[in-house]
Amino acid sequence: MAKKPVKTAAKSQPKAAKAVRVKAAAEDQSTNLYEGMIPVARLRDKDIYRHVVSVLVDNEAGVLARVIGLFAGRGYNIESLTVAEVDHERGLSRINIATSGTHQTIDQIKAQLGRLVPVHVVRDLTDDGPSVARELALVKVAGIGEKRVEALRIGDIFRANVVDSSTQSFVFEVVGNTDKVDAFIELMKPLGLVEVSRTGVAALARGAAGIEK
Amino acid sequence: MAEAQTAERGDSTEKFVGARIILKALEEQGVEVVFGYPGGAVLPIYDELFKQNRIRHVLVRHEQGAVHAAEGYARSTGKVGCVLVTSGPGATNAVTGLTDALMDSIPLVCLTGQVPTHLIGNDAFQEADTIGITRPCTKHNYLVRDVNQLAQTIHEAFYVARSGRPGPVVVDLPKDVCMAMGPYTTAPKGVQRKQHKTYRPKTKGDSAAIAHAVALMAAAKKPVFYTGGGVINAGPRASKLLRELVALTGFPITSTLMGLGAYPASGDAWLGMLGMHGTYEANLAMHDCDVMINIGARFDDRVTGNLKFFSPGSKKIHVDIDASSINKNVIVDIGIVGDGASVLEDMLAMWKARRYQADQKAIKAWWRQIEEWKARGCLGYEQKGKLIKPQYAIQRLFELTKHKKTYITTEVGQHQMWAAQFCRFEEPNRWLTSGGLGTMGYGLPAAVGVQMAHRDALVVDIAGEASIMMNIQELSTAVQYRLPVKVFIINNQYMGMVRQWQELLHGGRYSESYSEALPDFVKLAEAFGCVGMRVSDPKKVDDTIKEMIAIDRPVVCDVVVDQKENCFPMIPSGKAHNEMILGQDGKTGKPITGEGLALV
Repeated sequence: MAKKPVKTAAKSQPKAAKAVRVKAAAEDQSTNLYEGMIPVARLRDKDIYRHVVSVLVDNEAGVLARVIGLFAGRGYNIESLTVAEVDHERGLSRINIATSGTHQTIDQIKAQLGRLVPVHVVRDLTDDGPSVARELALVKVAGIGEKRVEALRIGDIFRANVVDSSTQSFVFEVVGNTDKVDAFIELMKPLGLVEVSRTGVAALARGAAGIEK
Repeated sequence: MAEAQTAERGDSTEKFVGARIILKALEEQGVEVVFGYPGGAVLPIYDELFKQNRIRHVLVRHEQGAVHAAEGYARSTGKVGCVLVTSGPGATNAVTGLTDALMDSIPLVCLTGQVPTHLIGNDAFQEADTIGITRPCTKHNYLVRDVNQLAQTIHEAFYVARSGRPGPVVVDLPKDVCMAMGPYTTAPKGVQRKQHKTYRPKTKGDSAAIAHAVALMAAAKKPVFYTGGGVINAGPRASKLLRELVALTGFPITSTLMGLGAYPASGDAWLGMLGMHGTYEANLAMHDCDVMINIGARFDDRVTGNLKFFSPGSKKIHVDIDASSINKNVIVDIGIVGDGASVLEDMLAMWKARRYQADQKAIKAWWRQIEEWKARGCLGYEQKGKLIKPQYAIQRLFELTKHKKTYITTEVGQHQMWAAQFCRFEEPNRWLTSGGLGTMGYGLPAAVGVQMAHRDALVVDIAGEASIMMNIQELSTAVQYRLPVKVFIINNQYMGMVRQWQELLHGGRYSESYSEALPDFVKLAEAFGCVGMRVSDPKKVDDTIKEMIAIDRPVVCDVVVDQKENCFPMIPSGKAHNEMILGQDGKTGKPITGEGLALV
């Protein structure tokens, strides 16, 4: 995972500076573009930003291995990765990758993903307008007495559901963006955190348009 | 199972055995030659090959040789090369060739045998996870599990291999699929052909970006064209358009190792190759230019030297068919994603339509500066004494073959760089070398592939005595198919480039770089059924070369050269373009220290 401070790109980046267009399937061409006058200063920025990239792929054998192999082979960071079939008739799966890197690296990631043969669309949900992202975590906390009560109280504040309980433990189900889940887990640490299972990020762009618009 | 599915589809009445479908698909894709090696898993395919005579099969002696031969065939013709190997070791032996083709963007389709589908994953005899192994070293790969998908998969493999940035594609073929009955479907035609559901590479450059680029070029005072293998891959038309654009603008042009021949070496604007062993004038022009026009090159580390000091004062334009090449190593100012020929055509049209004129005064001054650099004569060497200088041997080979239809392949190392420096190519597709991967053993099988495609041409593999040993077995292939390839061994009894680096970086400790126990290449050639020759006297070089090219059989010519010669000029690792070692005065320059030591 990235050691450098990670910034949220959406807040720090002026919209006008965008020359990178990751194009959806146009009528004749689906390759993702990197074209035109390039804002060099943006690419020279060495800060690390966190991005969520969604990729629509053919649900065929080995497609996930291609994506993961690309990240491993080229040394890109994966913070989380989710994959599931989203359109059974057309045999499409959606992969959501939470990653971090410089603008140059993120652009490389998108371009590299774009040239994989089974990839339909690559969409940067952090750069290309507002989006919603959620992940689910199951959080096991063990303890008795005041700690147990406090865990339940905080769970309530985070709107976490208790999905398993024994006299000495709870399993919370907490849903939210990554920051919220991180914060919840952090608060559980002194209260007897045992283990965590997270789904990774699922994300969609806000508004009426779909990924293939 | 497969039969039942076909019956349900009912879209084709005639059924063929899988192996026959494969050959029908290859035929429809225009395959004339397949380079391969049989084995258990591909026996059904070889049986079908036996029954027909439209597709010629060339039996290599090692699967790596098959892939390099197909690369030679592909790069010299512009067609897709085709390889057929068996499962397990057949496929793993092909891996180096596939990686080579991926790095150098050579279109190939490699058919690999596979154990029957019901045995996949059971560690069967000669089973390997070919799809897993070749995933990172191919542009794409397919495992065909159903005979009904067979024909379409092969058609798609050819489409993917040749479209966009070309590359190798593997089709893994389980034996039961090759033996099942299924329908044959023809390749998509016309509009349909371009409508692949996901892979539709962009070939036309963005006109706004091209307009910016052309305006930048028109205002340039110290411009340079930097072109690469992409221009060759874009076809002969791209080379023609490039020549036109260079003539129209009057800008100087340099090229990468892979791009040699797109612009003729005899052309007025030619600066020679750039990069680690490029010319002084080309590298300094790159360093000092104010506008760099990169067409189909990828800012490889052999070209850029230290990125921190790479062409610091220039605006950079990058034309590439692969969007991921843009801003990968070097941040550029204008990116244009498109096919070289298409973008060059648009650039020319726009330059003419807007009646742009290059800044004549500035360009003249720029050329004066370049002429000063040229006057250094960076490729100079002195042929004196009783030893043949390697440069002399290669220069004479070039001079004595340039009037013929000559194709040059190389192995990897010093001889490769000298060949790039001293063979002056006038046409594209005549120069075949392993650029990206640097595969020793590439040249001989590649020469076999070239000669298969161009029976009447002179095909010379300029080799080193170490490299040639890596795929020497392909001499047998050349003999079997009466391919009169010439192997011109620059024999200095060292892995020359390793020795050179050990001299420059490791205090002259020549660890394991001496070619001990070399075979007698003359006898070796004769044992293979080739003609063997040897020359060690500088005065006899010309006669030997003339004799070699007059022989209509495969020849191995062992040229015994000066062992100590180093390849210069050289940008030492970790240094910038303007820190070249020239070295023709015999000095080897300062030892390389610091971060350069860790670089390759």
